[in-house]
Amino acid sequence: MSAATAVRATPTFRPALTRRRAAGIAFAGVAVAAIGVLLLALALLLWDILSRGLPWLDADFLTGVPSRRPERAGILPAIVGSLQISVIVGLLAFPTGVAAAVYLSEYAPAGRLSRILRTNIANLSGVPSVIYGIFGLALFVRLAGLGFTLLAGALTLTLLILPVVIIASIEALKAVPDSQREGALALGATRWQMVRRAVLPAAAPGIMTGIILAMARAIGETAPLVLVGAFTFVTFLPDPFQGGYTVLPIQVYQWAQRPQADFQAISAAAIAVVLALMLALNALALIIRARLSRSIQW
Amino acid sequence: MTVPFETATDPATAERPASPPVRLRRPVGPADPGPEGGRPEDATPDPSGAPGPMSVDAVLALDDVSCWYGGFRAVRDVSLAVERKRITALIGPSGCGKTTLLRTLNRMNDLVPGYRIDGRISFDGHDLFGPAVDPVVVRRRIGMVFQKPNPFPKSIYDNVAFGARINGYTGDIDELVERSLRRAVLWDEVKDKLRQSGLALSGGQQQRLCIARTIAVEPEVILMDEPCSALDPRSTLQIEELMTELSRDYTIVIVTHNMQQAARVSDTTIFMTMGDDRAGFVVERGPTQEIFTNPRDRLTEDYVSGRFG
Repeated sequence: MSAATAVRATPTFRPALTRRRAAGIAFAGVAVAAIGVLLLALALLLWDILSRGLPWLDADFLTGVPSRRPERAGILPAIVGSLQISVIVGLLAFPTGVAAAVYLSEYAPAGRLSRILRTNIANLSGVPSVIYGIFGLALFVRLAGLGFTLLAGALTLTLLILPVVIIASIEALKAVPDSQREGALALGATRWQMVRRAVLPAAAPGIMTGIILAMARAIGETAPLVLVGAFTFVTFLPDPFQGGYTVLPIQVYQWAQRPQADFQAISAAAIAVVLALMLALNALALIIRARLSRSIQW
Repeated sequence: MTVPFETATDPATAERPASPPVRLRRPVGPADPGPEGGRPEDATPDPSGAPGPMSVDAVLALDDVSCWYGGFRAVRDVSLAVERKRITALIGPSGCGKTTLLRTLNRMNDLVPGYRIDGRISFDGHDLFGPAVDPVVVRRRIGMVFQKPNPFPKSIYDNVAFGARINGYTGDIDELVERSLRRAVLWDEVKDKLRQSGLALSGGQQQRLCIARTIAVEPEVILMDEPCSALDPRSTLQIEELMTELSRDYTIVIVTHNMQQAARVSDTTIFMTMGDDRAGFVVERGPTQEIFTNPRDRLTEDYVSGRFG
């Protein structure tokens, strides 16, 4: 900038286009770097797991049961345990969570009570998962007399993810424009008809996203299940109502802490299975979401 | 709004006739009493014989109505009648309570916390806010078209069928959908894509879809809250022609900021403004032609001539 422009009496514009463009390029660079760090970490993790685990990942491993000898060990009980738990958690958390969210978002009078409820639910989603384990131990295992069963574990995980489901669903419901609600009411809809036929369908993709994220968290949880009785060495397929079950993350942990290199390798193979399960779940979520939101573009 | 449209360049407008000039819809005289000759309970004959605030066949009659949001009075002391099968326009500056008043008529504002009204509104002679009146029923009989087109994110067909389904329509829904879309002058444009999303239509088409959706539940009154404010001139004209057409069967109340629109489509115009307390009130109500050419009140004259607002 020349001195002449600096002392000009009348206000003027200094577009400084070069600097403004440079700022944009700099920000894009930072953003790309952030993505790069993320992708690099992910690639390293995957490479580490797959390079060690893949040689062990065969049909025998997937259909076998744990063994003292790593070459004969399999993870079928853990896979079945994880699947059973996620199905039960999904069946319990989905209707309960969505119903609670619909109440808080569509029915509860806006006021202090509703705000307090919402804040507390949001806080609950931040409580360490092991505390849910202790709570589940007291409530489901002991008080309800379920014992160390898969059902008790599923109930504990349901409590754990409910706050996440509720908060995500409330956000999805809030994102539905009020004009949709008014449109339904103006046609003579009752409140329930408005919710059921206008609001919920419009919020469904967002709700699904929240549920799937919460389910992924439930599948990855370890600590609370240890407290409510998930065993580390289960050589049979679990029955939800009888004792004795394990899940994939616990199996991973159990093998990973063994000193033998072969056990650590099958631990890596088990991690690959967890990742595949997560990937399948996320793909399913993506498909459902795409189907639900095909016609929704505000 | 009498812009000559680019009919030569826009193929969609090619088959449309040239836009008519601004006109007043009907030669306005004393309102036609109608076959029933009015209802004794809500029609007060004006002794002077001039078209006064109370007309002979009123679907909706407001008697000293004030609207409150908590402690704030948004509209005060409104008394007026809405004539059956006529188009009534509510005009006035922003914030004068036109929309509040409109949303009171189908009890849409019941949903606003702290909202209440004083005074009495009768709908076909019944107290609209009576204890036995279910707002759900009111809203089917008094439909509403909103400022911004708000089709549901569903197919065109399902949008029109929505009201029929929730209200337990016993007839043939296919037939109802076609009839409603035809009445909304949308059928020819959408008949081959009824399964497509209503949101894929243009703004003007979306608004006509919303009108089709509204008439599918067979209301008596249609309230329109600035239905054309988000639309281009051509779509606006289509909606205006549609309103004129619909007024043969329906009573229409339209809130508009567009004075030419009020002049073009309405039979009766109500001019509202607000006082120092920010409460809206009715300055003048009369045949549209009189309001625009020979207003009695200076406030009205200033507004319609563009000196204020």
